[in-house]
Amino acid sequence: MGRYVLRRLLQLIPVFLGTTFLIYALVWAIPQDPFAGKCGQRPCDPAYIAEMSQKLNLNDPLLIQYFKYLGNLLVGDFGTTFNGVSVGEQIATSWPITLKMGIIALIIEAIIGITAGILTGLRKQGFLDNLVLVSTLFLISLPVFVTGFVLRLYLGPQGFDIMDTSVSSDPTIGELILPGFVLGSLSMAYVARLTRTSIVENRRADYVRTAIAKGQPQTRVVGIHLLRNSLIPVITFLGTDLGSLMGGAIVTEGVFNINGIGGLIFRGIQEKEGVMVTGIVTLLVLVYLLASLLVDLLYAVLDPRIRYE
Amino acid sequence: MTQPLLEVEDLHVEFRTRDGVAKVLNGVSYQVSAGETLAVLGESGSGKSVTAQTIMGILDMPPAFITKGTIKFRGEDLLTKSADDRREVRGEGIAMIFQDALSALNPVFTVGFQIEEQLKVRRGMSKADARKRAVELLDQVKIPNAKGRISDYPHQFSGGMRQRAMIAMSLALDPELLIADEPTTALDVTVQAQIMDLLAEIQKERDMGMILITHDLGVVADVADRISVMYAGRIVEHADVYELFRAPGHPYTESLLESLPRLDQKGQELKTIKGLPPSLTNIPPGCPFNPRCPRAFDRCVSEVPAVHNLGMGRTSRCHIAEEVVARG
Repeated sequence: MGRYVLRRLLQLIPVFLGTTFLIYALVWAIPQDPFAGKCGQRPCDPAYIAEMSQKLNLNDPLLIQYFKYLGNLLVGDFGTTFNGVSVGEQIATSWPITLKMGIIALIIEAIIGITAGILTGLRKQGFLDNLVLVSTLFLISLPVFVTGFVLRLYLGPQGFDIMDTSVSSDPTIGELILPGFVLGSLSMAYVARLTRTSIVENRRADYVRTAIAKGQPQTRVVGIHLLRNSLIPVITFLGTDLGSLMGGAIVTEGVFNINGIGGLIFRGIQEKEGVMVTGIVTLLVLVYLLASLLVDLLYAVLDPRIRYE
Repeated sequence: MTQPLLEVEDLHVEFRTRDGVAKVLNGVSYQVSAGETLAVLGESGSGKSVTAQTIMGILDMPPAFITKGTIKFRGEDLLTKSADDRREVRGEGIAMIFQDALSALNPVFTVGFQIEEQLKVRRGMSKADARKRAVELLDQVKIPNAKGRISDYPHQFSGGMRQRAMIAMSLALDPELLIADEPTTALDVTVQAQIMDLLAEIQKERDMGMILITHDLGVVADVADRISVMYAGRIVEHADVYELFRAPGHPYTESLLESLPRLDQKGQELKTIKGLPPSLTNIPPGCPFNPRCPRAFDRCVSEVPAVHNLGMGRTSRCHIAEEVVARG
């Protein structure tokens, strides 16, 4: 196991280098003047251009630029934007908000998705089963920004006034529940369907029959024997989903005006703040890689038949 | 005479599927007493496993429906009991072991957990006591180094060891009746003999009743006291094991015995029973064995044979049962 973890961690290095280089190249190798529009209506001051080019190593070849950027990154320096704002600080303030929302989304999709999956998996073709199938299909076919706008509008003061849908600049957990629900809605539908399929597959399994034959109570037959096996693929999905939720936050944060990573990256792209974009995407790549490593390790814990050598 | 432990009486079960109604059991009756081994013999689809599952109450209902009959355990009809009362009987009164221990044991829990679970949940034992008892049980089924292997997962055991672990698990609550559903089919021959010996030994030690479901006549001869031969959801012959091998009382049993490979027939072609067992959605009229029976005559097609009593607790569902026995 230890050797496997080490090998996996070593594998992260080339993947990390490859993806970050790709991002860096996509942002900085575009044949466009990086200073266009950066100084209002006037062209930028040559002295400013010289200084920034020096700072961003724009005069070096792309590969050298990249490695210099990487070197700074490794000592925790994310660089500054064109108007001198520290990217590291920006990330530090928005990151926790997105992370909080991502975790809320994950919890909501896990609880609702798994519950719906179990209930429908155990009672196939009932009313509830059809209800869940139709509603998950509905959620899957709706783009997240539609779900977001509709819920925000109808639940908020302009609609049925059920709750305050606005989110402050330093949001509390309560404020993030609705955005979290919207963010997790798509995956929630997948989780429900995945759990359902898995339960349906396993409920006729021999070991379930054994548990019944042992005279174990129904709650244990389902809650321990059936569920433990059926949730293996679901937990794997949830693990990798944490990474995708971070990226998916761009739209949700836009809809709800949340100052998270998504908003930051959106503005970064609009304002052509290359340093901002590369910094955040690098971070997202890292989260995704670590999440998938965690899932692989978790898999061995959940299913003892899997051995890593 | 003491009351039998288990009395199955005229049990009818059918499976209602989209393709029609399959009459899987058509009046199965048998009895088992404490300390006795009853072998239930039959081809695949003859209903021997379904009978066992109906006794255990682990049949999927629907599609299965019990249309008639009683299953009395210690004099009480299990079929009229509530679901909770029936659950109490499972494991404690009647336990069951299955054919393929690899799939019958839960792959994600240790063998120890699966045995201890019974003791903790059903007996309210503490974790430490349950562990101690589980090791004892594994010792009893002769798993070497039981203490060291109790934390292993089923896939880390060999086939024979897994079946032993399965047996240990079924013994956890000291059942009075053990149903073994083809316990050795998935094992190789040398291991088969060991497992059968173990079962016979445990049965004797604990004075348990045992129902041994099998299609292997060789296995039956060694351990069974009495045999019920099943065909198309009925018991066609019921006899003491010695009597049955000496002189079968039903043409089906006769054909089965003839199809056993024998050393003194080396080089000759093996005898088989012609044809296939009948489709249970479409059982032939009269005796269900008539299309394959070498002794069939007109009456076999028109009339379902009644149970013929051949004396000494021996029965046969054949119109000419007396004649068949006499010839053996």
